[in-house]
Amino acid sequence: MTKTITIDGNAIPFEDGQTIMDAATAAGVYIPHLCHHPEYTPHGSCKLCTVRVNGRVCSACTFPAAEGQDVLNNTKDLNDDRQKITQMLFVEGNHFCPSCEKTGNCQLQAVAYYLNMLDDHFPHFYAHREMDASHHDVLIDHNRCIFCTLCVRASQQKDGKDVFAISGRGINKHLIVNSKSGQLKDTDLEASDQAAHICPTGAILIKRTGYTVPIGERIYDHKQIDEVSLASEAEDHG
Amino acid sequence: MAKIRIATTSLAGCFGCHMSFLDLDERLVALADLVEFDRSPITDIEHCTNCDIGLIEGGVCNSENVHTLREFRKNCKILVAVGACAINGGLPAMRNFIPLEECLSEAYLDGIGVENPQIPSDPELPLLLDKVRPIHEVVKIDYFLPGCPPSADVFWAFLTDLLEGREPSLSYELVHYD
Repeated sequence: MTKTITIDGNAIPFEDGQTIMDAATAAGVYIPHLCHHPEYTPHGSCKLCTVRVNGRVCSACTFPAAEGQDVLNNTKDLNDDRQKITQMLFVEGNHFCPSCEKTGNCQLQAVAYYLNMLDDHFPHFYAHREMDASHHDVLIDHNRCIFCTLCVRASQQKDGKDVFAISGRGINKHLIVNSKSGQLKDTDLEASDQAAHICPTGAILIKRTGYTVPIGERIYDHKQIDEVSLASEAEDHG
Repeated sequence: MAKIRIATTSLAGCFGCHMSFLDLDERLVALADLVEFDRSPITDIEHCTNCDIGLIEGGVCNSENVHTLREFRKNCKILVAVGACAINGGLPAMRNFIPLEECLSEAYLDGIGVENPQIPSDPELPLLLDKVRPIHEVVKIDYFLPGCPPSADVFWAFLTDLLEGREPSLSYELVHYD
């Protein structure tokens, strides 16, 4: 007999070893997320996938599905919390969408649209962060890094390299690269690496490709991230 | 019925949001039956008094912006942050990562082609703040219309919702940060 959990009152089948996120995505239920990607070990850091499991707050991307779980996901309270989390991400970094070439293709922006985030609510940090334009094909703009570690995981788990890491703690946390000079050009990163393409924001960009698709015709300009995410990730979770 | 009074201003903005407002085109005629403009670049009225709605474009970059914003807050029942700069400082806030003194030196002392280099210091000029700030960090804001600029459809959806007594809401297609 199929094992099931309930999400927002609907029975969702799962197999042993699946997380709540795996089961939900395979069943076509969107749980907002930024640091999660079905191909990589869950990290559980962005907290956007926060759900309530039998009353307890958990990260859906790391929490194993189990019989008897009654999960709340798409509720006003949880989406309000997710909106606040997204606002904190916006004020901690420097996310100026009109001047970012990722706009319209950016998952951080798309999640904010999905949550109907109209303002940043909190005071802005305006923290000074550097750019690394040293690499011939790939640019790092630290202003937009949300420390999701997807580039770290993609480099290690997919590319078989070890280009990226997160260094420091708390407010001093930052993305570093694996080279003596500390510059991206001295790493073995190539533009074809998965790590160069997986950034959910505009922190890691492929040079000279930013405006090949005009603003207004980009991924999230007319489609919401729940639809896009489920279409691309449902198979991986199957 | 008395017309709804709207005041508008641009602080540290580029007037792009005002231009987008004018993109309402023929809908401006319908709007003019319901609203009248108080202080605004459209009217040249210098100070606002007893308004229903205040639309603020741009962030806060100098002392005059602070005074203007406070005047709007005092005189408008509903105050609205219009556009990216009002909401997060926008492009003017990109100077926040450069010390103010360096900004002024680059523009007025060391820049290419500068003649008679001096940093403007006429007492009539408003003093610059050390950082450009979003307006919600200075006064309470009631509604936010994101976009660079928000489209005319955003203004229309928002104002018609308010005028018809509904809680304003923006559909997915109308919410853009770019």
